[in-house]
Amino acid sequence: MKLTLHVWRQSGPNDVGRHERYEADDVSEHMSFLEMLDVVNERLTERGEEPIAFEHDCREGICGTCGMMINGVPHGPKSMTTACQLHMRSFRDGDEIWIEPWRATAFPVLKDLVVDRAGFDRIIASGGYVTVRTGSAPDGNAMPVPKDDADAAFDAATCIGCGACVAACPNASAMLFTSAKVAHLAALPQGQTERWDRVLGMVETHDAEGFGNCTNHGACETACPKGISIDYIAQLNRDLIRATLNAKPVGNGTRG
Amino acid sequence: MSRVATLYRSTVGKKVLMAVSGAVLFGFVFVHMVGNLKMLFPPDAAGHYAMDVYAEYLRDFGYPLVPHAGVLWIARFVLLVAVGIHIVSAVQLARLSRAARPRGYAKEKSLSLSYASRTMRWGGVILLLFIVYHILHFTTGQAHSSFVAGAVHRNYVVAFQSPIVYGVYFVAQLALCFHLYHGVWSFFQTLGLSHPKYNHLRRPFAVGFALVVFVGFLTPPTLVLVGVVS
Ligand code: HEM
Ligand code: SF4
Ligand code: FES
Repeated sequence: MKLTLHVWRQSGPNDVGRHERYEADDVSEHMSFLEMLDVVNERLTERGEEPIAFEHDCREGICGTCGMMINGVPHGPKSMTTACQLHMRSFRDGDEIWIEPWRATAFPVLKDLVVDRAGFDRIIASGGYVTVRTGSAPDGNAMPVPKDDADAAFDAATCIGCGACVAACPNASAMLFTSAKVAHLAALPQGQTERWDRVLGMVETHDAEGFGNCTNHGACETACPKGISIDYIAQLNRDLIRATLNAKPVGNGTRG
Repeated sequence: MSRVATLYRSTVGKKVLMAVSGAVLFGFVFVHMVGNLKMLFPPDAAGHYAMDVYAEYLRDFGYPLVPHAGVLWIARFVLLVAVGIHIVSAVQLARLSRAARPRGYAKEKSLSLSYASRTMRWGGVILLLFIVYHILHFTTGQAHSSFVAGAVHRNYVVAFQSPIVYGVYFVAQLALCFHLYHGVWSFFQTLGLSHPKYNHLRRPFAVGFALVVFVGFLTPPTLVLVGVVS
């Protein structure tokens, strides 16, 4: 199939950037979206031009490294699918495809389609962990977890940190990501020790990183390749309100 | 206290203020709508309209414990504060959003839940303009063609005999309907009032609330316009 691509090209963080038009004439419908870009890049390299920079790692939809706006939708037109798992059969011969990086102050563009998502790491570092006794491994199932809680935690834990929620959100809010991390640990007994400090810390970092405010548009949920539910955002809100209204020291007492 | 300040400083805290002040406003809107249904009743034997009796009752609510119109002024004050908080938070949040994505996409498809969620800001501005007009129209009278203080039923009927006035109110109620459709649902989400067992009821509740308010507010003016209520 033949496609016309409009790809965002930006040589570095300080370049203004622009859309470049490329004709991709030898695309097979069996290729993944990233394989299609690989082929375009080969042609570019052969012509002595700079290949399009994009991030990828597992190409199995599990690592969260890939991700780009494809025709105005994070990860492209197929729901619950990462860009690496999207196949060209989702497009038709002659289609024009616009490819852009995630756009958010908190995700500055490094090059072409690659953005710096270290903001997510800093959100995790400010609460997305549990304290455990190191040494010998604890017995499996030593700590019973009700099935519903285990399921809720597992569903939240499927977030791969790709950033599609931020990209889709009209406010560039990272609440879906943050709430998935908060709710994952809050559902489990192991997560109780730092529960209140966690939500306070992670929301504080979320805001400080320059992510926007959630206004319950729900675009994140639609865009999320893992189907993370915005119910987790309600849970985060509830935990944050509880943590702030609770006057006595909470959690491990590292916050006033 | 410092924790409450932390909440307020966060983006979530501003939304909580938005939700709580919004809840005060939609509580008011609902009561207001129910009150307006008095327009549908005929005058009593002495020729007093139910609407006028009701307006008198509101002015004297709580009397003699409080002075005449005392409770009314307290209510007006609370509403003014709620509107103020609601608008200040809306402006703060809108600015944060703009700062969080100064540059948009060349091609963008909206994935938002609803048209209503995308029109909260402009819909809110329409409502604000409407509230100002509405007060000048029925409370102070400057925007009314022939205002008579205290003659609520009469002022109401005279106003809605004009299709233009009816049109203005219709558009405003439509804007309110959309604002409530997203706002009521959003209220539960923002305050974390969520439970897997009841979450599926939040959307129907918001739809029902928005529709009841829409139909409730517009029924009396419609009946005036077609001449059933006079
Ligand atoms: C004075 C005019 C008004 C303005 C400027 C305004 C503006 C807004 C804005 C910008 C939002 C945030 C929504 C978002 O960004 O997604 C909002 C939410 C809301 N509004 Fe209003 N609004 C007004 C009047 C009202 C009225 C009259 C009511 C009640 C009937 C109301 C009830 C609500 C509720 C309940 C919310 C949801 C809060 C939440 O997100 O949790 N608003 N409004
Ligand atoms: S919540 Fe979904 S869209 Fe957001 S980072 Fe996690 S997997 Fe990606
Ligand atoms: S490359 Fe790992 S999820 Fe796409």
